[in-house]
Amino acid sequence: MKRYLPFVIIAAVALLTVGAGAILYRAKQRAVAGGGVTRPSTSETGAEPLHVRGQPGAPVTLEEFGDFECPSCAATAQVIGKLEHDYGPRLRVVWRNFPLAMHAFALEAALAAEAAGLQGRFWEMHDLLYRNQAVWSKASNVRAFFNMYARSLGLDVERFAKDSASEEVKARVVSDGQHGVSRGVRNTPTIFINDREVRASFSPERLHEVIDAALAERTPKAFGADSGLPPAKIQPGEGRK
Amino acid sequence: MTRPRLQTVFYTIAALIALIGLADSAYLTVMHLTGEDVLCGSGDCSVVLGSVYAAVRGIPTAAFGALAYFAVFSSALLAAFGYTRARIFLTLVVAVMFGVTLWLLYVQAFVLHAFCPFCLLSAALTFFLAGIVVATPSTTLEQSEGESSH
Repeated sequence: MKRYLPFVIIAAVALLTVGAGAILYRAKQRAVAGGGVTRPSTSETGAEPLHVRGQPGAPVTLEEFGDFECPSCAATAQVIGKLEHDYGPRLRVVWRNFPLAMHAFALEAALAAEAAGLQGRFWEMHDLLYRNQAVWSKASNVRAFFNMYARSLGLDVERFAKDSASEEVKARVVSDGQHGVSRGVRNTPTIFINDREVRASFSPERLHEVIDAALAERTPKAFGADSGLPPAKIQPGEGRK
Repeated sequence: MTRPRLQTVFYTIAALIALIGLADSAYLTVMHLTGEDVLCGSGDCSVVLGSVYAAVRGIPTAAFGALAYFAVFSSALLAAFGYTRARIFLTLVVAVMFGVTLWLLYVQAFVLHAFCPFCLLSAALTFFLAGIVVATPSTTLEQSEGESSH
């Protein structure tokens, strides 16, 4: 019997490890999955309320369809940040999700940003995702990075993780995507300035030119009357500080 | 203590250490597969365990660790029961683990600039195992020499 004892112990340890691992795996998966699955709703106008940064009555609205994993979107985010600084209250920025299928983690990143938005920190997460794009886009476990970012923003991480997997958040992203397709968006970044798509490059000079032309065309009153955008509802804490 | 008895004690300790390492790496494997955030005080776990170094071709690095610890446990146990070939296998596996551990420590310190306590525990266990593997023959040799001189 002693001859077989080590093999019996080895087999017992193997079974115990696999069994315990399987139990832990199932328990954790249940915790991550959360509630039941329902079909996400869609909207012709995209997700509402909008993610807006800037004054509601600004004469120029820059609307971006972006993908958090797209490198040119990250570069454009920097340009847009500078434009916001340059134009101040005359420019408002609207963000729309348009995660491309070619990017493995773009959808997860969009969900993370939307989940942060439910706690009033969409733009902070938006900025963090773009700033750290080179890091998390190469990660094998992006969710861990997003949770870390959520923690660094002072979010309730448990709620954030649950929201990231929720149908409500997924519906927002899907809705934005469908809205983009209906407006002819195929790539990211796609930028509309006062509902007109900006073609060619998104260099600071080019965007300055288009915004200046839009400013010359419009007054704050006229903008509010005929913009195709739904009225902005700025979520608490969403304004740029 | 006689030489075979001392060897049995050393290999049993090695098997017990390997069990701790197996539990540690199995836990990290499960957390990686579920995408759960491994919580540790500093928050550096997310940086390390979410990095490109945490998986090889989609397989969690921790899973390789779990396999290695299981191999160490099995061979140490067999060695404790007197299977001499198991000692050679144990030495080989621990040598490979030692090298990989050094590389992973380098990655944490100089590439990621973050340390994960679970990975550090694994590194400590591997160093212990390496110490035991190195010490076992020499200790028993000295012991046997000591015994023969009396």
